[in-house]
This record gives sequence, structure tokens and C-alpha cells, in this order.
Amino acid sequence: MAVLVKTTINGDSVEYACQPDESLLDVLRNRLGLTGAKEGCGTGDCGACSVIVDGRLTCSCLVLGAEMEGRTLETIEGMADGDKLHLLQQQFIDHAALQCGICTPGFLIAAKALLEKNPDPTEEEIRFGLAGNLCRCTGYDKIVRAVQAAAKEMRGA
Amino acid sequence: MSNVSTHIHTVHLWGALRPLVGGKESVTSSARTIRELFRFLAENYPGVEAHIRRGVAVSIDGRIYRDQWDTELPAGAEIYLMPRIPGG
Amino acid sequence: MPLDTSLVRKPFKVIGTRVRRPDGIDKVTGRAKYGADAFAPGQLVGLVLRSPHAHARIKKIDTSKAEKLPGVKAVVTAADLPDLTAGDRGLRDTLENCMARTKALYDGHAVAAVAAVDMHTAKQALKLIKVDYQVLPHVTDPDEALKPNAPLLHDDIFTEGIEPKPVKPSNFIKIAEYGHGDVEAGFKEADVIIEKSYKTEQTHQGYIEPHACLASVSPDGTAELWVTTQGPFVYRNTCAALLGMDINKLRVTSSEIGGGFGGKTHVWAEPVALALSRKANRPVKVVMTRDEVFRATGPTSSASMDIKIGARKDGTVTAAFAELRYQNGAFPFTWAEFGAMTAWACYDFKNVKSVSKDVVVNRPKCAAYRAPSAPIAAFAVESTMDQVAQAIGMDPIEFRIKNAAKEGTKSSYGPVYGPIGIGPTLEAAKNHPHMKAPLGPNQGRGMACGFWFNFGGQTCVDVNVTPDGSVTVAVGTVDVGGSRASLALAVAEELGVPYDQVRVIVADTSSLGHNDMTDGSRGTFSSSMAAVDATRKAVQTLRERAAKIWEIPVDEVEWMDGHAHAVGEKHGNKAPLSVKEISAQAANTGGPIAGHSEIVADGAGVSFATHICDAEVDPETGRTTIKRYTVIQDAGKAMHPSYVEGQYQGGAAQGIGWALNEEYVYGKDGRLQNPGFLDYRIPVCSDLPMIDTQILEIPNPNHPYGVRGVGETSIVPPLGAIANAISNAAGVRLNHIPMSPPRVLKALKAKKK
Repeated sequence: MAVLVKTTINGDSVEYACQPDESLLDVLRNRLGLTGAKEGCGTGDCGACSVIVDGRLTCSCLVLGAEMEGRTLETIEGMADGDKLHLLQQQFIDHAALQCGICTPGFLIAAKALLEKNPDPTEEEIRFGLAGNLCRCTGYDKIVRAVQAAAKEMRGA
Repeated sequence: MSNVSTHIHTVHLWGALRPLVGGKESVTSSARTIRELFRFLAENYPGVEAHIRRGVAVSIDGRIYRDQWDTELPAGAEIYLMPRIPGG
Repeated sequence: MPLDTSLVRKPFKVIGTRVRRPDGIDKVTGRAKYGADAFAPGQLVGLVLRSPHAHARIKKIDTSKAEKLPGVKAVVTAADLPDLTAGDRGLRDTLENCMARTKALYDGHAVAAVAAVDMHTAKQALKLIKVDYQVLPHVTDPDEALKPNAPLLHDDIFTEGIEPKPVKPSNFIKIAEYGHGDVEAGFKEADVIIEKSYKTEQTHQGYIEPHACLASVSPDGTAELWVTTQGPFVYRNTCAALLGMDINKLRVTSSEIGGGFGGKTHVWAEPVALALSRKANRPVKVVMTRDEVFRATGPTSSASMDIKIGARKDGTVTAAFAELRYQNGAFPFTWAEFGAMTAWACYDFKNVKSVSKDVVVNRPKCAAYRAPSAPIAAFAVESTMDQVAQAIGMDPIEFRIKNAAKEGTKSSYGPVYGPIGIGPTLEAAKNHPHMKAPLGPNQGRGMACGFWFNFGGQTCVDVNVTPDGSVTVAVGTVDVGGSRASLALAVAEELGVPYDQVRVIVADTSSLGHNDMTDGSRGTFSSSMAAVDATRKAVQTLRERAAKIWEIPVDEVEWMDGHAHAVGEKHGNKAPLSVKEISAQAANTGGPIAGHSEIVADGAGVSFATHICDAEVDPETGRTTIKRYTVIQDAGKAMHPSYVEGQYQGGAAQGIGWALNEEYVYGKDGRLQNPGFLDYRIPVCSDLPMIDTQILEIPNPNHPYGVRGVGETSIVPPLGAIANAISNAAGVRLNHIPMSPPRVLKALKAKKK
């Protein structure tokens, strides 16, 4: 039996029906066309499916679509303000912090969640804050630098 | 035809090809291009053609050519046949 | 290559600048479409049933119950695919790896597949397929598989390279030998001989995007395949050959690719997806799970190696010998042979020999992984080189500099080197501040060198000047690391227009001539060569059109700074014509303005790197932390330095993971124990330091800008560099990769005793 869910995604109210065993990631990708969240593992190890649920960084492959009733979701598709990129997005491009780009949405969401909690992180705090996201292309160097630059800019420094 | 003699190369072979040329490490050829060389080998040494089909790379003075069979074999150049390597 | 390679264009205007990549915004906003992000009307879900056994005869497959399940639209087994048993061995093995015919050869080997209306139905259908297996004894270790009484995978492998040809089949695919001189005589001249054995475990490329494709075969036999791949043209040709299709009927479009590193140069589920779609008459999407990626797609070899180096006290190596035994997975190839070719390639040794033994085992078919086979051999060689240096009391860098290959050296794989870059990377390492930085407690510094063959291959680029003067560029090499930016730079440089006036796309297989894959470090090297060639042809056309507009001879028109200039005193009053002005009149001067290039970008030149690493070993846990890491490598010319650095850093990070943690663990039952990122642990952000890079630019004479491939070599040195750093940090020599905490701890405990 399908479950009917009413939720808010990137500021829009959204209604969907899903199976009780369907992950939020599958709902986002297959039912709502929000394919910015990626499935890299399906077991919460790679962070490519990261979204923010009620302010909390979440692997969307590890929660059910049916659990989202009344919640507020942020996905990569809502990160930019219209044609104005979020500072993190801009810094990722400027620092060449992506190669293949498959992990990029997850990193941006995780970095946003990190900077909301800790606007002035040390390099070590950034590295541990992003340790739930796997990148196989960059060696993380340029990702860390992009987050440092964005954090500095967001603090207005 | 006077300059043919200057175009005699020693063509070194990697291990897998040596049994096909009677156990020698190299053969001599007057081929002027990779294509001529491959034709010479196929005509004179049965079994080499199968390797050429599978992929043979040619090192000319240390630089490795894999595809361009029109590439010239300059007089005096060191010619080395190698297996064709895949990449990642 | 009929290109001006005189490098007279230096200094460059835009080449070498760090521009923003054209696909950046799509990738940071989630808009970029990868393999699993496509949708087709009426699409079905395709799933593959995989063998739970490492080795089993397939006696019977009963699909009748699955076929009757409502919502199931097609079930496919080997019986639905062409029987290539009598044909080309390579093609047959490729197909049988995609779908087992008579035997399942490894845990995860595909035996059947279904297409159904949704995931739920497809999963149910898999459970309804009954496979009658006769389980056979299995072998997963290369040394075990070489033993005379080992379980036999194929009854038609007769070791190649042994005369006379063996009459008995075995798992031993091939023996090969490289080198020169007389190693036995060389060892007699040595003051010191170090002889050691090494093992490396199997690792996976670990791209974050699992294999995914959307296949749609129409009843008229035409087909579309959307797929994540390093080579859409090669996928097209291979799938067509496997399924008996005309190549032109199959159009392959490469999605954005979420990493490949060699793993997406081979087909896996794509032929199966096409077969399902053909049978179901509906589009079928197949997306692998991570478990499937690990169990059934291309890891690199595990290996066992013996190394012997003899040297005189003055540091001259008198002889070097390697025997390399690599497993190829379940299907025969020659991965060990490539290890043998690369093992000693950094050095100038009078007497050197390497022997390779390739062997099949009950593991997934090995695939190319970034500089395939080289890191394994380099680990053993570089570890032994350090031990020799230590034994004769010489600095490891000085020892390597003394023995480094140079122009005129006879390489260990045969040919004599032209100008090469190992010496400069070693000198740069010696002079790098990293070498002099102080070390803390439990820390040690190691270094190592690495070599890889680069290549070029078939390449095709179209440059089209649009009516408003902006430029579109279609390339056929998939962009895995930012190559679209580099190619736009090349076109902008040649035309003399701003970078953002050029838009590069990766074309589908029906829009462009054949292109080889993005592998062998060839993507930017070869496509930039073709892009330069195509743009120069477009410039020639632009000059001709300007000549027509001005009604003067074309040889009185020069191209400079993005404009046609009329030269000579009589044309002094003519204002230069921009690309925009010329293209606006294209219709009346001869039609569209374009340049095309179809080339073989041969003669790429070999590549070398030197890495320096500081490691800290925790004596309590055996855990190794990389504290500082430096990559030094020759790029010829860095077209976009940020993405060259990215290649260096990424390769180093993969090497660090391989060295310290990554490993396929097989149980006694021959099943993979860790097919997930939790237990197959690739480096995370907190595992690594910043990775410093030093780009050397020694121009490649075979490229118009001097470019060299940079993608692969960076994964070759890390294993050895880290082993050497651990040895210097903790006084223990690890001969088994990965050097995971339990192995290091065991070595520390053994040392205490």
C-alpha cells in the first residue's frame, strides 16, 4: 500500500505517494525527478545522496520516503538562489574542486551543513566534517581549499 | 635502388615473437614504414600476423607508435616491437 | 602528424590559465546527467542474477516461473545471446563475462537477467529463477592457481611462451620475459644483493558512480544506449559485435561520467541491457548496486613477486631481476606482462630481467586501473631499491639519481630512450623543501619513482563557427577530469578568441567519427592535438572568406588575435575582420565555416614521476597516517594547471588507499567478504593531508603545445613511497600491500621479539 506524504522541499510544498519500503533517495530521484542526489553505495558510506532534513545532514538512502511527512528538506537543486550560486558552489568551481563531479552535490550539502554549525572551521574540522563523503578523483585537497575559501567569504572576512 | 642498403634495419622483437622467427632476438628488414614492416613480417614469419592483429606497437628511437602504420622508419633508427598496452 | 610542432606560438595567451570549467555550474547544481539520471518513456527496470559460487557448472536455468510473474517483460540468459564459442577468444570472453554460458567463474558472475515494470517486480523475478549449479572447487590466489593440481578454470588455456606448447591445460596463461644483459654475471659483480618477496592485494578503481545505462532497442533493429563510459565509440563497437548488430544502428551517448580510472573501458551489463530491451521491446535501465560493482566489475590484479637487486658499494646496480605473478581474474589477459615491462623502466641497468606469469583465478575479470599493472611492480622494485641503498649506506635519492634512465639508456622493456623526464623529477625531489622539513616522533620519510606508457590513438574533433561568431566544438573523448576546459582553451588559443566564446560538447557516436577511449592518459593529449588541427583548418577557411569579402588574394590575409588582417601597403586602409564579422557573411562566401580533424595521435611519449611521503606510524595500533605528500611529474605543458594538479593529487590519493587500506577479502568459500565502501575502505577526507604538486614542463616534441598525458603515472609511486616511509618511521619493512594496521602491528610485534 502506498503512503501519501506531504513535505517541503527547497521551500516548495510537495506531495507524493511512495511504497513504505522506498528510500527517500529513490523517491527524490525516481518520483520527483530530483536526480542531483546520487546513489554511490546505498548503504550510507559514500554521502553522494546527502540532503538536509530539518537542518540535519542526512544520507537520503538511509531514510524512508514515508518518514518525510511534515518535514523540511533541502537538496542540491535548491542550493543556488535562482541564477546566483551559493558561495560554496562558486568556490568549488573556482578552486577546481571537482573532476567527475558525481560526489559534488553531496559534498556541497555536507559542507553547507558543516558551515551552518561551524562558520570558522579549522582544516582538521573541515576534513572530519566531510569524512562521510567519498571522492575518488581529487584527493580532497581542492575540496578542502574551496570550503576554506567559502567559509572565509561567508564570514565576510 | 642505390639507397636501399641504408634502409636495412635491425628489428628487435619482444619475447613472444622470438619463437616465431626461429628463436632470434631480432630480424633485419628494409621496410620504410610500419606498414611495410608488418607486411614483411607476416609474409616471412607465419604466426606473427596473429600478433599484429591482436596489437603490436612499434618503438622508433624510443617513441612508441601504436596505430599510424604510415609512420616512417628513418634510416638508422632503432626499431623495437612491443605488445600493445592498455590504459586506465 | 602534419601539425606545426615547433612551439613558435609560445608564449600562450590562454593556454595555461585556470579558467572555470564549462560543466561546472551543471555539476554544482545537480543538473549534470550521469548514467543513472536518464529516463525514457515506458522504461523497465533491469536486474542481473549473479552466481553466489566462486566456481560452478551451470547445469540448468529454469526461468519459467519468473517469466510468468505479472510485470516481467523479459528474461535473458546466455541462451538469448550469440554463441561465440567458435569465434575470437577475446570477444567470446567479453560476452561470457557479461553472462556466464556453461560455468560461473567467480562470485558475482552474471547468470541471468530480467526486465520488469518496477524494482519490486524485478527483484521478485530474480528470486523465481532457478539455477541448478554443480559447485566446483575454486582458487583465488595466484600462487595457488599455478600449482599443478589447482582447480582448473578453462580447459583451453595452454601456457603461452613455453616451447614446446604444453599439452595439458592449466590456469597459467602466459610466461613472458623482458630485459637485457646477463643478470647472473651481474649478480656476481655485486657487493650487496637484496632478494625479497612481495604481495599486493586486489583493489578496485572505486569510482563513486556505479555502472548504469539505459538501452532502447527498436523493432527495426536500431538502438540507443545512454551509458556512463570512458569510451562510447568502443562500447558501441563492442556491443554491436557481441550482439550481432550493424554498428551504425547503435547510437551510444555517453552520460557525464562519475569516475572510471579504467573500469569503464570494458563493457559489463551494457550488452545485457541491450539484449533485455531487444527482447522486451521496451527501454531498459540497468543500474548496478555497489555490491555488484565490487563483485562483478574490473578490479586490478593481486600479485606475488620476487625481486633481486645487486649493487656495488659505489651505488652502481650490477643486476636486477623480477618475477611477477599476477592474477587476471577469471578470464585470460596479460596483466603481469605489463608489470614486467614497466617494473625497471625508471632505471639504467646493465643487466636486467623480468619474468611475468599471468594466471586465471576465480575472481572477477581484471580491468585496467590507472597505469594498469605498474603500481604493483613499482611497489616491489622501489621497496627493494631503498633496501639496497640502505645496505650500501647511500641516500635513496642519490642512489636513484645514480641509476636513473636518461636519453640513450636502453630501457628494460627494450627500446633506447629518447629525451625523458625521470632525471628532472628526481633532481626536483632532491631540491624540494619537503626533503629538508623536520620530522616528528614515529615519523619517517620515503620516496619512490614511477613510470607509465602514455598513448594517443584515434581522435576526431569538429569545430564549427556559428553565425554570430561563437564556436561550438564536438569531441569524442569523454571528459573525466575537466578536459572540456582544456580543449576550449586550445580552440580559443588558435582562433584568438576569448575562452568563453568556445563551447565544447562530447558528441554521441552518430555525430562524429570513431574515437578511442579516454584511457592511457590520452584524453587531453590527443583531443587537444585534434582540436588544434581542426581549428587551424577553420582559421584557414576564415582567411579565405575574409579574402573573398575584401576581394583580395588569400595569401594577403593573415590571422592574428582573432581577426583577419589584410597585409601589405595597398590594404592598409582595411579594418581587420573579426570572427563574428566573417561568419555573419558565411552564407554568401561559401557556406558554413568549420574545421574537422580525424587523426591518430601517435607518439605520446613515456611518463615519469617521483613522489615524496612523510608517514607517521602509531606504535600502539599500527595505523599509518600520511602527514605530508608531494608529487613531482612532467606534464609537457599544463594546459589547465588546476586539472593537471587534480590528476596528480587524485592518483596519489588512490595510491595511498591502495597502500594502506584497500583490499579484496575472499572467504574460504571463494566469496568476496567486503563488497561495500564500509569494509572496502577508500581514503576519506580526514585520512589525507594536502597533496603538494610540482608540475615540470618539459615540452613533448610530438604535440603542438608540448602536452603530455598526465592521468595515470601519479598512481605508480605511492605504494613504494609509503612502504619506504613506514620503514623509516617504524623500522619495519612491510612486504605485503595493503599495509593495514593489523599487518603493521604484527610487524612491530615481530620486531620487538
